[in-house]
Amino acid sequence: MTAIRQGALKASRPDRVATLSLIAAAILASMPFWAGSDTLRTGVEMLCFLALAQLWNLLAGYGGLVSFGQQAFIGIGGYALVLFAYRLGLSPYLALPIGAALSALVAWPMSRLLFRLNGAYFAVGTWIMAECWRLIFANWSWLGGGSGISITATMRAIDPWWREALAFWIAGLAGIGAVVGLYALLRSRWGLALTALRDSEPASEAAGISVRRVKTWVYVAASGGAGLVGGLIFLTKLRLSPDAAVSINWSVMIVFIVVIGGIGTIEGPILGCILYFLLREYLADFGAAYMIAFGALAILVMLTTRGGLWGEIRSRWGIELFPVRRRLDG
Amino acid sequence: MLNLIDTLLQGVMLGGQYALMAVGLSLAFGVMRLVNVAHGDFIVLAAYLALICMTTLGLHPLAALIVVVPVMAIVGYGVQRLLLNRAVGRDIMPALLITFGLSVIIQNGLLEVFSADSRRLDAGGLTAAGLRLGDGLAVGWFPLITFGLAVAVIAGLEALFARSALGRAFRAVSDDQEIVQLMGYDNRHLYALAMALAFAVMAVAGVLFGIGTVFDPAFGPPQLLFAFEAVIIGGMGSLWGTLAGGVILGLAQAIGFRVDPGWGILFGHAVFLLILAVQPRGLIPKTRDA
Repeated sequence: MTAIRQGALKASRPDRVATLSLIAAAILASMPFWAGSDTLRTGVEMLCFLALAQLWNLLAGYGGLVSFGQQAFIGIGGYALVLFAYRLGLSPYLALPIGAALSALVAWPMSRLLFRLNGAYFAVGTWIMAECWRLIFANWSWLGGGSGISITATMRAIDPWWREALAFWIAGLAGIGAVVGLYALLRSRWGLALTALRDSEPASEAAGISVRRVKTWVYVAASGGAGLVGGLIFLTKLRLSPDAAVSINWSVMIVFIVVIGGIGTIEGPILGCILYFLLREYLADFGAAYMIAFGALAILVMLTTRGGLWGEIRSRWGIELFPVRRRLDG
Repeated sequence: MLNLIDTLLQGVMLGGQYALMAVGLSLAFGVMRLVNVAHGDFIVLAAYLALICMTTLGLHPLAALIVVVPVMAIVGYGVQRLLLNRAVGRDIMPALLITFGLSVIIQNGLLEVFSADSRRLDAGGLTAAGLRLGDGLAVGWFPLITFGLAVAVIAGLEALFARSALGRAFRAVSDDQEIVQLMGYDNRHLYALAMALAFAVMAVAGVLFGIGTVFDPAFGPPQLLFAFEAVIIGGMGSLWGTLAGGVILGLAQAIGFRVDPGWGILFGHAVFLLILAVQPRGLIPKTRDA
């Protein structure tokens, strides 16, 4: 029997990830100086979706927590703007991290309750929890009530160019941050625990991983992230209502992006995001048809490959942009 | 006092409606350990099917059940056989995400065909007629029929599960699907039959729902959540528990609506979360794993 040396299970080499991320970051950082308003607006949206998709990928693909309720935190992030920036007069850019912190803060007690529901039941439970938040915001008239509220006034003092540039930079930080953060996380000790969790919960429990603790951290982190992105989304929209902020449609789009692109891989959600925006661009004229197409595609993926488009690409050509798999050497 | 009794009565009646909607979900939980996220959307689909029967065949909505129930049962058999059977197994994600996809497809499909307009299945004088219980206290015939039907459906299913060969096979496949295969049953067929049965009950629930309330293509998800709450409150795998869960949910919402119309649904969710906190396995749990 071959004894496995300690530390023999090394993460594969980081290859070009650092270089690639730096180039991407440099391009994104310079974009507000040369790109037009429309491009920047679409860019913000894409980067926000990329961040949300990557966070959901962390939750469902690695933590085994299939949630249909992350819109709760998008809403909390958005309403933190209303409360702290519009009502209490803080800078909206300060309200963003407050919204993220609040999302993470409420996610912890929520997880205590939701973790009583396993697997599929957890998914519906998170949805009900999100509905609770929607109804709370709808009944909270100081925050606009059911008909919603406009927060344009909070941004009036800020120069339009700075407004667009800051939104884009924050979105860039969130998008690239989510990708690089997940990559770094997966290469760390926590990543080993997460990958073990993804593959078998009983086995990881037996190997000494506290499944519950890892899951709690994953849920709290993914929810805090969703809160930040939610705030950013409504900082650009400047108008929010409970039905739009805490809408199941957020989950629908995020889930489809991750599933079609490839769940449990870092590359998958990036690919899914690009595909989503392409399809939306060309099929938007057909009304609800592109949602039907997306739903059918997601079902097809689940029935056939399960690894999504990236899973197919990886198994066919052996490409790996973000090497996080551990190989046994020596 | 009278107000209170009236509220409670309405809550119980509402609970009957929720229980009827939840039976199909409870059945799929019980037999296949499967959560059909498109449950509410299929219920709404049944209401639209009844609408088609009414406009093309000129049927009364209750008469439309003769068409809608078998059609939905076939749809249920097909969905299980062609899609969900390929996704059963230890990993819950595929079945969950397939039904999530179905939910989106049904909603957007209905939106394309029927538009976002609200509809109602016109049942003539049935929804207006009521039974006087005393001074100022009355209960509508229609909610009473719905409640009675919920009780009858559950009693019928319990009898089926307890006495018939098919019911025994359902219980067996729920306990251990591999052993059932060894006994010579085709569990793919059994699962599909259970889903067909669930869809038949969902068809009844959908038609009654369409008679009682206005609906549009986006009405599916709330029905899924209410049905889910009724199942979890009652305890998984127990149909009488589901009835109790539905009634508790109906009561909570009715009392909430009485306090403030904006809080009704939230009261229902709050009671669900409270029961999850103090009695996570529900009131009358039957199945062991969740």
